[in-house]
Amino acid sequence: MQLAAVVLVDGLVYASYLFMVGVGLTVIFGVQRVLNVTHGAFFAFGAYMSATLIGLWYGADLPAFGGFLMILAAAVIVGVVLGVIIERGLLKFLYDRDEHIVVLATFAAFLVLEDVILLVWGHDPYYAFQPMQLLGSTRIAGLAFDNFNLSMIGISAALATGLWYALRRTTWGKMLRAVIFDREISRAMGINVTAVFLGTFIIGSMLAALGGAYLAPTISVQPGIGVEVIVLAFAVVVIGGMGSIPGALIGAIVVGISRAAAIHMLPQIELFVIYGIMAAVLIWRPEGLFAPVTARKI
Amino acid sequence: MNASRNRISTQVVGALAALSLLAGAGGALAKDEVVMAVPTFLTGAGGAAFGIPGKNAVEIVVEAINAGTLPAPYNTKGFAGARVKAMIYDESGGNTKQVTEMRTRVQQDKVDLFAGFISSGTCSAVAPVAEELKVLTLLTVCGTPRVFEELDKDPKYVFRTLNTATASNVSLAHYVAQKMSKKNGYTGINQNYAWGQDSWRDFDLAMKVLAPHIKNTSTPQFPKLFSGQYGTEISALLRSPEEIVHASVWAGDLEALVLQGGARGLFQKKTFLFTVGDSGVYRLADKFPKGSLIGARGPYGIYAAPHLDGSPLNVWFQKTYRERFKEQPTQSAYQYAQGVLAAKYAYDKAMKANGGKFPSTDQVIAALKRAEFPTLSGTVKMAIGKGHQAITDDIWGGFIWDAKLNEPTVSDVIRFKAECVNPPDDVDSVEWIKGGMKGAKCS
Repeated sequence: MQLAAVVLVDGLVYASYLFMVGVGLTVIFGVQRVLNVTHGAFFAFGAYMSATLIGLWYGADLPAFGGFLMILAAAVIVGVVLGVIIERGLLKFLYDRDEHIVVLATFAAFLVLEDVILLVWGHDPYYAFQPMQLLGSTRIAGLAFDNFNLSMIGISAALATGLWYALRRTTWGKMLRAVIFDREISRAMGINVTAVFLGTFIIGSMLAALGGAYLAPTISVQPGIGVEVIVLAFAVVVIGGMGSIPGALIGAIVVGISRAAAIHMLPQIELFVIYGIMAAVLIWRPEGLFAPVTARKI
Repeated sequence: MNASRNRISTQVVGALAALSLLAGAGGALAKDEVVMAVPTFLTGAGGAAFGIPGKNAVEIVVEAINAGTLPAPYNTKGFAGARVKAMIYDESGGNTKQVTEMRTRVQQDKVDLFAGFISSGTCSAVAPVAEELKVLTLLTVCGTPRVFEELDKDPKYVFRTLNTATASNVSLAHYVAQKMSKKNGYTGINQNYAWGQDSWRDFDLAMKVLAPHIKNTSTPQFPKLFSGQYGTEISALLRSPEEIVHASVWAGDLEALVLQGGARGLFQKKTFLFTVGDSGVYRLADKFPKGSLIGARGPYGIYAAPHLDGSPLNVWFQKTYRERFKEQPTQSAYQYAQGVLAAKYAYDKAMKANGGKFPSTDQVIAALKRAEFPTLSGTVKMAIGKGHQAITDDIWGGFIWDAKLNEPTVSDVIRFKAECVNPPDDVDSVEWIKGGMKGAKCS
């Protein structure tokens, strides 16, 4: 019983992490059909910006809980600045090109952004552990869990609910779904598709940056952290179905809990779990678990 | 006229042929410059902890070698009098890329030697290629014993100038047997690749020989390299009954484990044995778990702090490094410097043996094989791996925060002799440990 509870908590925490790093990717793909490899760089920029702002905040001896505002500020700054630069400076020229060209272009941009990180922040690692220390820990099933990591479950749930509500219950969401269905007809109906694309890309970028910004207090922020994330994000998005937010959520939960069970009961297969699930899904349902139905134009 | 022209042409061709023969013999002509390729992590997760300290050390040591300002016995200019040009490049990108890089550096850039490589996976990949390309290669940091035990069993061009991981883990088992004999069992958390797997295997085997009463009962953890998230592994460790945790994790993984484990009280319940803890201890400073054991794969880094090792070479290195880079030199800085000093020692010794003339590569190799030379902290003996694998003393101690120095230091330090923690020549490390470490000279 204790093991089941621990696996559930560990699994949900890891699933929250996966959802946070994957949801931005799936939002952008769902609307713009862009497989955005720069996602990993947005995550890394978010982490660096968060560590920098948190460092400045606590260095100035400001109220302790303000550190959490710095996490949010980092995600917004990085999402807006990089989102605008990449969408207006690169992607707008590529929307009519083959998807492979877009992948290669965003991969090139990812490499450039990785070097920009080295230019701006150098090779030294950054730490921003204060917010994690501030929240303390909670005992669950006899083990101490830090509240900062537990809070990721709430953040991810809020993100999933917020995105679902925005897509299904708001005018913006209706416009977005119209653009997803058919760009040309949407444009003919008076929807500013260019603005929708830019807005969506900024939101997707902010979500990627939020993943990095929120994780920064738990890791050593240093060059290369975006590489691992992009692989994980792709795996989760492929399992759930490219472009599906519920798919990303369910995919993250399936992987998170399976991985936690493996680590507790059979650690040797931990490395295999995520890719094993991905392979099984691709064999059984190549479009992913929850890929939206797409109409084929004739 | 024609006969005369033909004779001159024949003489020119003959002279050129003679020159190319000499060059082919290993460049035994007078030489102004030795080009030394230095692969190290300049980007990626291994950069901050290992790559950049290594690069920094090479820069200051090469500068001093070219200026002739290193303390004795390295106080002559250059390698065998030739200026040293360090061609530092990025080791990131995986083994295939590194093999291609090595071929490019040899065939296009005409480098004379390599001194570097951090990743055990990369060392395993490039060692056979270095033999094929006939280029002198000094491996400076990587630890897997498989290089000379499985992949390059009869080496000529490849050397490693520091201990293998076996020495670190055997000395650690000695330390645990001597100082922690009442602890209730051990488990491990090691990255899932050659370094992590070899480290755990050697430690586990050594514990079975040296402290058989301390048992491992739960399955050790092998998280993915650079995964960065350890929440579940920390839960598994907290649930395990063992008190000791063996951890060879490094770079961002080491730091993330310390930060995440600290927030969950992991280090109050378990004593961690960080086999390369030195690589992160200065950056984590007082966040590093008190009482954890710190390894540096030899007498480097924290074990070579100025107040612990006052030799002129070490004092020069500490002073120069700290002044230039405003930080303490960690183990990787020492290990890279050790590789460069090994090259200088070999070139200079080979030149003497060659009557003062610049030596050929074969002569440099002969000079380094089975050599014994002083380095920044201690002595290196090229004693095993048919004279191509170094052995050095190894040291272990517990972490404490020295508020007076405002930097980390160590207590309860034990130094183990090189011959105590390394297998004899031509003996496979696993077989040696399993066989009860016969031939170890520990007294």
